[in-house]
Amino acid sequence: MNYLRTVWLHLYKDLWLEWRSKDALTGMLFFTLLIAVVFAMAFDPTGNPTLARQMSGGLLWVGLLYAATNALNGSWARELRNQVLDAHRMAPSPPSALFLGKALANLLFVGVVEVVLAPVFIVFFNLHPLGQTRWLLLVMPLGTWAIVVNGTFFAALGLRSRNRELMLPLMLFPISIPALLGVVQATTGILTGEFEPNMWVRLLFGFDVIFTTVCLLLFGTVLNAE
Amino acid sequence: MNQPVILGSMAPLAAVTVQDVSKLYGSFAALRHVSCEFAAGSFHVLLGPNGAGKSTLLRSIAGLMTPSAGTVRVFGQEPTIVRARMAYMSHAPMLYDELTAMENLRYFARLQRGPVGCDCNGSPEMALRAVGLDPALARPIAQFSQGMRQRVSMARALIADPELLLLDEPFSNMDAAGARELVALLVDFLTWPLHGNPDAKRTVILTTHQLDLVEHVADSLLHMRAGGLVAPKAQAA
Repeated sequence: MNYLRTVWLHLYKDLWLEWRSKDALTGMLFFTLLIAVVFAMAFDPTGNPTLARQMSGGLLWVGLLYAATNALNGSWARELRNQVLDAHRMAPSPPSALFLGKALANLLFVGVVEVVLAPVFIVFFNLHPLGQTRWLLLVMPLGTWAIVVNGTFFAALGLRSRNRELMLPLMLFPISIPALLGVVQATTGILTGEFEPNMWVRLLFGFDVIFTTVCLLLFGTVLNAE
Repeated sequence: MNQPVILGSMAPLAAVTVQDVSKLYGSFAALRHVSCEFAAGSFHVLLGPNGAGKSTLLRSIAGLMTPSAGTVRVFGQEPTIVRARMAYMSHAPMLYDELTAMENLRYFARLQRGPVGCDCNGSPEMALRAVGLDPALARPIAQFSQGMRQRVSMARALIADPELLLLDEPFSNMDAAGARELVALLVDFLTWPLHGNPDAKRTVILTTHQLDLVEHVADSLLHMRAGGLVAPKAQAA
């Protein structure tokens, strides 16, 4: 129980910091809206609704992935400023609670962006999902968690490197390929109605369980690395 | 191997033991075969020019840095095991710029004691008053002067109720009056009873360039140069 309260303490702190600074949300929202507009202009989705349905799943997740990368880097930059990270290293609370709190905060930030972005995509790409849309309630959180949990971990891993903004996508994108494949395929399946997304949802679930466990176990080593 | 230098008053029990410690960054040696002991219940001062290795030694004691060679023991154990019994104040404030002083202190107090821990030996309000700041100050830390940040950082270290207090240049951004108040607070801190263990003695180790501020209160002065010890000068407690 104490562990969960410590996670909540970190989560609350990150939400409060974001509320004060609005760094992550503002940047992510503008970036993803810009991507939606640029893609809509480049591909003319109203001219070919079938193609738009097939492509929009991939475009949505590419936008979210790039936007999240920026926010994930920023979330750890706060801990480096004023050497706050050393205070965390000195504290007797479990390092994994810090990681989990930050990953949950990032999940909420990216979730807010998705809530804003989804209607924009529906309008710009003239989307009328032909599959069972209830699957989206499972696919979106699972896909977002896959990006966020790995992103939070690899952003922490690259924290002390000089090119950390570049390091994160270089480490995160290759390792997230199975999750990206799963979430894009599942979203496309739901939008086009051409196939059931069950298999891809199972893949996403397995990916999330494995990588969440590994990240939680290894975070202490990453935090205390010199 | 160097013979250990025993610092401090008559108290034989060592709070910190540093045994033949070296720290290398490539070919540069930040610490060279440093051996010393810091007695419990005493006020220790590390002196020396910039680059002498004072901060590196302090970070090694805090467990924030692993020595390339040698061993550091705090209360007879690995520093990382006894972190809950010590607090470290860097020359950076180790605070969130976006939060107020009270918000920062409440957060770190809960982290240190656990979310359900009590303020048995001092609340964040008391810690802020002890360093001469008003707890009602609602400005974020980013709008504080360097000296005020330093005071809040000291309060953050104090709310941990540490048995061992490690301070890296705590007077660096303070005016003379503020620095003297802080020295008086640290001397007083040594006499505060420890919650849960009234027999234990508190210990302070600090680094500074301002010898005149601490000379009269220090139980021991440790001079460092180029990563090594120069000459210890022990004073009676």
